[in-house]
Amino acid sequence: MNGPTTIAMFQDAVLDPAKRAHYRLAWLSTVDHKRIAVLYMLTALVFFVIAGVEALFMRLQLAIPNNHFLAPDTFNQLFTMHGTTMIFLVVMPVTFGFVNYVLPLQIGARDMAFPRLNAFGFWCVPLGGILLHFSVLAGGAPAVGWFAYAPLSETPYAGWQGVDYWAIAIFVLGTGSISFAINVIATVLCLRAPGMTMRRLPLFTWINFVNAFIILAALPVLNAGLAMLLIDRQLEGHFFLPAHGGSAVLWQHIFWAFGHPEVYILALPAFGMVSEIIPVFSRKPIFGYEFVAASSVAIAVLSMGVWGHHMFTVGMGRPLDVFFAISSMLIAIPTGVKVLNWTATMLGGRIRFQVPMLFCIAFLIQFLIAGITGISHAIVPLDWQTKNSYFLVAHFHFVAVGAIVFAVLGGIQYWFPKMSGRMLSESLGKWTFWLMVIGFNLTFVIQHFLGLVGMPRRIYTYPDLPNWGWMNMLSTSGVFFMSASALVLVWNLAVSFFRGKIAGDNPWDAWTLEWATSSPPPHENFYALPPIRGRRPLWDIAHPDRPDTIVGPNTADVTLPDHNKTGILAFIFSEAGFFGILILSYLYFYAHPQPGPGPHGLDLKRTLLFSVCLFVSSFTFWRSEIALRHKRRGSMLGWLIFTIALGAVFLVGQVGEYWKLFQSGVEVSTNLFATAFFTLTGFHGLHVFIGLVALLIFLWLAWQGDFASGHGSAFEAAGYYWHFVDIVWVFVLFTVYILPLFQ
Amino acid sequence: MSSSNALDPQSPLARAIYDLGIVSGIILALIFVIVTGGVVYAIFHFRARAGEPDPNQIAGNRKVEVTWTVIPFLIVVLLFALTLPAMNRADPPPPPSADVVVTGHQFWWQADYPASGVTTANEIHIPAGKPLSVRLESKDVLHEFWVPKLTRKMTNVPGQPNHIWLQADKPGTYIGQCSEFCGTQHAWMRIVVVAEEPTQFEQWQQTQLRPAQAPTSSATTKGLELFRTSTCINCHAINGVPGANSRVAPDLTHVASRRQLGAGILENTPSNMRAWLKSPQHIKPGALMPDYSLTDEQLDQLSEYLSTLR
Repeated sequence: MNGPTTIAMFQDAVLDPAKRAHYRLAWLSTVDHKRIAVLYMLTALVFFVIAGVEALFMRLQLAIPNNHFLAPDTFNQLFTMHGTTMIFLVVMPVTFGFVNYVLPLQIGARDMAFPRLNAFGFWCVPLGGILLHFSVLAGGAPAVGWFAYAPLSETPYAGWQGVDYWAIAIFVLGTGSISFAINVIATVLCLRAPGMTMRRLPLFTWINFVNAFIILAALPVLNAGLAMLLIDRQLEGHFFLPAHGGSAVLWQHIFWAFGHPEVYILALPAFGMVSEIIPVFSRKPIFGYEFVAASSVAIAVLSMGVWGHHMFTVGMGRPLDVFFAISSMLIAIPTGVKVLNWTATMLGGRIRFQVPMLFCIAFLIQFLIAGITGISHAIVPLDWQTKNSYFLVAHFHFVAVGAIVFAVLGGIQYWFPKMSGRMLSESLGKWTFWLMVIGFNLTFVIQHFLGLVGMPRRIYTYPDLPNWGWMNMLSTSGVFFMSASALVLVWNLAVSFFRGKIAGDNPWDAWTLEWATSSPPPHENFYALPPIRGRRPLWDIAHPDRPDTIVGPNTADVTLPDHNKTGILAFIFSEAGFFGILILSYLYFYAHPQPGPGPHGLDLKRTLLFSVCLFVSSFTFWRSEIALRHKRRGSMLGWLIFTIALGAVFLVGQVGEYWKLFQSGVEVSTNLFATAFFTLTGFHGLHVFIGLVALLIFLWLAWQGDFASGHGSAFEAAGYYWHFVDIVWVFVLFTVYILPLFQ
Repeated sequence: MSSSNALDPQSPLARAIYDLGIVSGIILALIFVIVTGGVVYAIFHFRARAGEPDPNQIAGNRKVEVTWTVIPFLIVVLLFALTLPAMNRADPPPPPSADVVVTGHQFWWQADYPASGVTTANEIHIPAGKPLSVRLESKDVLHEFWVPKLTRKMTNVPGQPNHIWLQADKPGTYIGQCSEFCGTQHAWMRIVVVAEEPTQFEQWQQTQLRPAQAPTSSATTKGLELFRTSTCINCHAINGVPGANSRVAPDLTHVASRRQLGAGILENTPSNMRAWLKSPQHIKPGALMPDYSLTDEQLDQLSEYLSTLR
């Protein structure tokens, strides 16, 4: 209970004015995973209030037909900001906060693998949030919807800067999310306590580990799309402008190739929370750990191939419609399996109906409804009617609120004692719960029917058609209950933080490692860890007479992978997705040539010459690594300098090619080929440049005498990146320069 | 009053979707009842009572789990088997040429009938009982054509024409609207489909093909003059008025014959027409038609002229 603990220090700071300045700075500069987690969650709370008020205003506007309470553009800005904020600034940060706090504790680690990267990831959230909201002062918030369909999001139709701020903000937030995912993967793979094998991971950790891979696969796709959109808007490119040969549908493919995995990115942490809470409050282990774990992997894999079900009405053609119908129906199976496992965990248990469990039960039923209406969207003809209607609005709010927010509220009640050392009030928690259940269902159940009677989403007002009026009024009435619920929650958090019942180490009699340390945990998390032989170490201690069966072999003596290399490989995985999208987009436009310059005008011979320099630099770097391992400092420095020189020559070559093209009048805005060419080679060049900066830093460090021991996993990790950049160039070279030769 | 209720299908196309919805709805409702039943049973039967020890620690049952992985798979196969034929019933393959071309604009619909040459706006007339082939296009951003009682929705994509079938069993008025967010006035981009007996439809087409009614009074003559000398003529077409052939804004040749103004925001009455001309930006802020400072007299003349264009 004592020691330099996170919240306790904060409490000291509140009470003792002399220490305040110091602690304030300490919170701003922290790299402690528990403090960063709290910062994530408090930031999410701020944006939750903002986005909630936006929703309130929209429902007031829609309460009656032909309402003039809000101007059309105000309404359009509100729903754009509400969606963007709730997804990127509320649900993602709050779940990242939980993962940040709980995951290292659950695996018996001292911190995340990269504490400073962790801080970077967090600070991307306020930066992105401020950028997004700064648009309000810079001519107006974006009014294009959270998926910013082109060409509406392009300059001719959204000329003010709202969309630019939106795109840059999400790029920043996406980058932060990627860094978070890299950290999670490296932490789980490299920092597990002795005995904590992959098969013994608590499900919250396991599911969020899987989720990190989805983030790594999906967010770079969005970032690539955003980069292309910004190039269109800022440099007069043509990617998504049909008037110049660009494709409006390509934006949809890119956006939803991110957007649907994103749904699982939001939902999986919630699944993780529920998978912890239901067993503890049913007093039974999860039913079918392996099935819950494996179904998460199945969801992750399938989630990459279902995006087209967002596009059944855009005219993809029958074969693609059928493909995405099948894949979308298949993903219902692992999701359904999870619901059944949670239900079976309750059956035969001794269920304690405390607040965390109440939220999980409501989660189960509401998520079931969300899943069922979700399947109806995979039944293609039904989607042809209900897509873009309030039926869809109801469906995704059942996912986002009915499932995810409810699980998060349960998670707050469950883990708040660990974070603060004090219990949240059970009675206030029940008020929050019941107000939320009533308010949520009042608001959203009726919206299914509103959609079926023909109300499309995103309309700021509507004529007085049969049934529309009372249905909308009913929907709006629920919002007041939800608002009251949120107020009670904030009140509960504030009061309980100072005056709540002291929690003790393990208030819920739970079984995972976060409950094996004080509440809040000390800075280094654990003074001693219990033996880990299965999935519930604390159960084994509490019930020596009937411990869990031992899961799998003990691999305590196996060395865990190096976190530097693991981290950089995860980063490379994400970068591959980014370049994959740029290359595919280039190929798409290569297949639909426009008048004007094309790839035939490029100087192949010269480029091949510079390419050889880049490829050789991979070899020279490898020589430098060997020299490092053999502690031959001079040789290592020499090969490294050679590597940097070769990389620089390549860059000079690329600059020269750009210069020649500019001289002959070819610019980003010239035609689609130019737009795609400069984007693809430009981003590669940028990566070479960043790699050069990294190598120069290593050169400087080595010059100063670092790496003298011959161990340099960071150096090797940088090498992975450098080789990756070369491999990308193989693909770019083939796509841009070699492919036209075969025509 | 006409409605846009998808639960009241009025064509074989919409009915194919509706029937599929009923069948799959029953299957999905059964799933809901069974699983919820399990949860409710657990809530009432396995409530913890004070002093009870922890229950049996059952960690799973492979057979049960495999079973409940296979059963959803079979359900999914069944749903897919229902889906595939319904797709073809609700949206049969298109013929080579379209009967109607519906083009989305910010924020109104243009309807062209290639065979007859009729052009109109926001109000599509079709002969009852006959499936019409419709090509969907867009002049600017994405729009989406949705008339729930009659057919599936489909996006109007600039640069990529899409196809749907449109049919109504009986004569009547069927309403719908743009369902893909398209900008400021997306809410008022409504559409009316008027199904008529084939002879009436033929008559309507003949009327629409006639050039505009020439002005007969001095007020309407001045109204026409205002149309030509103000900037109206830059965007609007009136068949029979020299130089008035722009397709940027709705064709006005027979504007008075249409039911609504501003793509559904006003009933088409002479007084509403006058109010619209006085300040379209007041009535439909963000519409691409700007406000003009017309005098009261000019407003009378212009609205009187337009009201004669039946």
